Amino acid sequence: MDLLNAFVALANYVLVPGIAYGSQLALGALGVTLVYGILRFSNFAHGDTMALGAMSAVLITWGFQAIGLHLWVLPTALLALPFAILVTIGLLLGTDRVVYKFYREKKAKPVIFVIVSLGVTFIYNGITRFIIGSDDKNFLDGERFIISARTFKKMTGLQEGLAIKTTQGLTVITAIIVVAVLFWFLNKTRSGKSMRAYSDNEDLALLSGINPERVVMITWIIVACLATTAGVLYGLDKSFKPFTYFQLLLPIFASAIVGGLGNPVGAIAGGFVIAFSEVTITYAWKKVLGYLLPDSLAPDSLVQLLSTDYKFAVSFVILLIVLLFKPTGLFKGQSV
Amino acid sequence: MNETLRNTALFAIIAALIVYTGFAQSWNAALLIISMGLISSIMALGVNLQWGFAGLFNVGIMGFVALGGLAAILIGMPATEGAWSAGGWGILGALLLGAATVVAAVQVMKRMAKGWLRTLVVLALLIGGFFLFRAIFDPSVAAVEDINPAHTGYLGGLGLPVIIAWPVGGLFAAGAAWVIGKTALGLRSDYLAIATLGIAEIIIAILKNEDWLSRGVKNVIGIPRPVPYEIDLQNNAGFVERAAGFGFDPVEASTLWVKFLYILLFAAVLLILLWMSQRALNSPWGRMLRAIRDNEVAAEAMGKDVTARHLQVFILGSAICGIAGAMMTTLDSQLTPGSYQPLRFTFLIWVMVIVGGSGNNFGAVLGGFLMWYLWVMVEPMGLWLMNAITYGMADGYWLKDHLIESAAHMRLMTMGAVLLLVLRFSPRGLIPEK
Repeated sequence: MDLLNAFVALANYVLVPGIAYGSQLALGALGVTLVYGILRFSNFAHGDTMALGAMSAVLITWGFQAIGLHLWVLPTALLALPFAILVTIGLLLGTDRVVYKFYREKKAKPVIFVIVSLGVTFIYNGITRFIIGSDDKNFLDGERFIISARTFKKMTGLQEGLAIKTTQGLTVITAIIVVAVLFWFLNKTRSGKSMRAYSDNEDLALLSGINPERVVMITWIIVACLATTAGVLYGLDKSFKPFTYFQLLLPIFASAIVGGLGNPVGAIAGGFVIAFSEVTITYAWKKVLGYLLPDSLAPDSLVQLLSTDYKFAVSFVILLIVLLFKPTGLFKGQSV
Repeated sequence: MNETLRNTALFAIIAALIVYTGFAQSWNAALLIISMGLISSIMALGVNLQWGFAGLFNVGIMGFVALGGLAAILIGMPATEGAWSAGGWGILGALLLGAATVVAAVQVMKRMAKGWLRTLVVLALLIGGFFLFRAIFDPSVAAVEDINPAHTGYLGGLGLPVIIAWPVGGLFAAGAAWVIGKTALGLRSDYLAIATLGIAEIIIAILKNEDWLSRGVKNVIGIPRPVPYEIDLQNNAGFVERAAGFGFDPVEASTLWVKFLYILLFAAVLLILLWMSQRALNSPWGRMLRAIRDNEVAAEAMGKDVTARHLQVFILGSAICGIAGAMMTTLDSQLTPGSYQPLRFTFLIWVMVIVGGSGNNFGAVLGGFLMWYLWVMVEPMGLWLMNAITYGMADGYWLKDHLIESAAHMRLMTMGAVLLLVLRFSPRGLIPEK
């Protein structure tokens, strides 16, 4: 019984949040990795692209709620998501035309692109704050839990409850669908294959008649879908606050690099590695150990390795370790 | 128009802007702009060393500046009574133990043959070391933070003159830069950007949460000054008499005089660093750096150690940012970890360097003053603009309220737009590299 209780506590506080957070990071890292693979720079504006996409979703959701449109037990935000994606696609394609295209034609160094993307970051961030302000915004409605802790306790008779929030279930399901569609697209369609060819060898792809501008356009469209979805899911699960998305940049980059920049499978794996490290290291293990160990050994302290204020330090340390020992990442990413 | 004349004219325009502020607003505001402009210029010099000389992209300037600020309280503040005996030595011992653990793990890593045994030993060392560290660290921290938490609750500093903190802040920043440079340099250029972004976030997190060190978000206030206090000047008969001789009332004269003394100190530091940077730029070392920047492969083929030179210049540039950070905390007389934001302390400095002219030290100084002036002025200008736009709207109309409230976010957009426009249309900046 104690073993079961320990497992349920672990699932409740580590596994379920870790899987949800990992899916969000994986979606974010996929966007970063795609931009890196095709356009060959680290896009610092990705976090704020997520914020802008999520903001559009928040505004559209509010609109739908105002006219009484609801999605039964699911959050209305799901209904707003496709529209928000359209907004983000327009934004990214516009940014590419106005900003990035010039440097691409000039064949500027990657570091110039990084600086430019930092400039774009602040403009996006400014727009977001200008439109919606910098405070917490709530746009979650519908049923809050798939299983609440109390129902679970009643059902199983265990001491520990297992709560699964709707947003957590939704995050995982959406992430699976998005990733499946993305891989189908990359591996089976003509456009996807041309993207991969372009990413592998630019010159060869040009010689075989692949239109680079088209590849870039498709990339931005996919990145807009991924970023908006990730942003909305994160916003639903935690809360929507413009500043948090800039801070998400570090774990997202860490995920992409741990998995190997430019490698989509790696980005997903990296997302989960970072998420689980973050959650396990900042989780207070007292409860779980209390069930597992005999009473005489039960710990008095919280057995928390690191306070949650330092959760970014976890992704940072993992990033440093990967850079030191395996700069190409776990799965082989592009050149060092 | 020749170059010298043009550059002098650019500096003269800034001087005129500041003088105009002096007449239009107040001389206190003008002097404050000058002193922060000096500090900004020093930060820009440091970043110019990294970006302009060597092409290194540092997104963690905020972190190095904050480390300088930490140095100011560790040197300048008096030690908290009883804190060292209560837990200070414990904390210090725990930190040394933690460092020893890492060193031991690295040594084991280097000396033992590769294999599962090595992995096991290293893991055992790190995990055992971590728990030992926490066992000593936690009670010591609690003891220190219990001492009069409303006023102190931290270790305090050494109680030395705060000017000593300036070079020490540089050393702190150099130490952090060494760790980052060692890992991220020599790899792709973006990795340095990402690693510096990370270290900056973590340094700020440490300052915000480690109350024993920096009082966290409770802030350390009243750091002793290197210049006299206004109130002492006002009580000084000789000073009041001299002020009256110039036609000032004592209160205004004392505030102006204090700011003027700060400006003298900062200007001295800026001149020394500017002289050193100019010497470095025109030395064989500077030429080597530029050669590396322009063609890494060719420089490497000529036998130059690219990674080592990059590490060197990265550490030097970060140290300059650390010095400027300590100076800024000295000027404010307080450390407020909550106020460190990437926009203000990383991005603004970047805009200064790029607008001024990357690769040119005078450009960095010019950019520092110009962008600081704009930074101070953008907010009132944004508010004015919003007021103008919403002039026709009725009071209380939601759009009007929203626009006026959002004027504060104009800075983000303006700075981003300035950077993009300059990079696109005038990438060499106001005073281009020769």
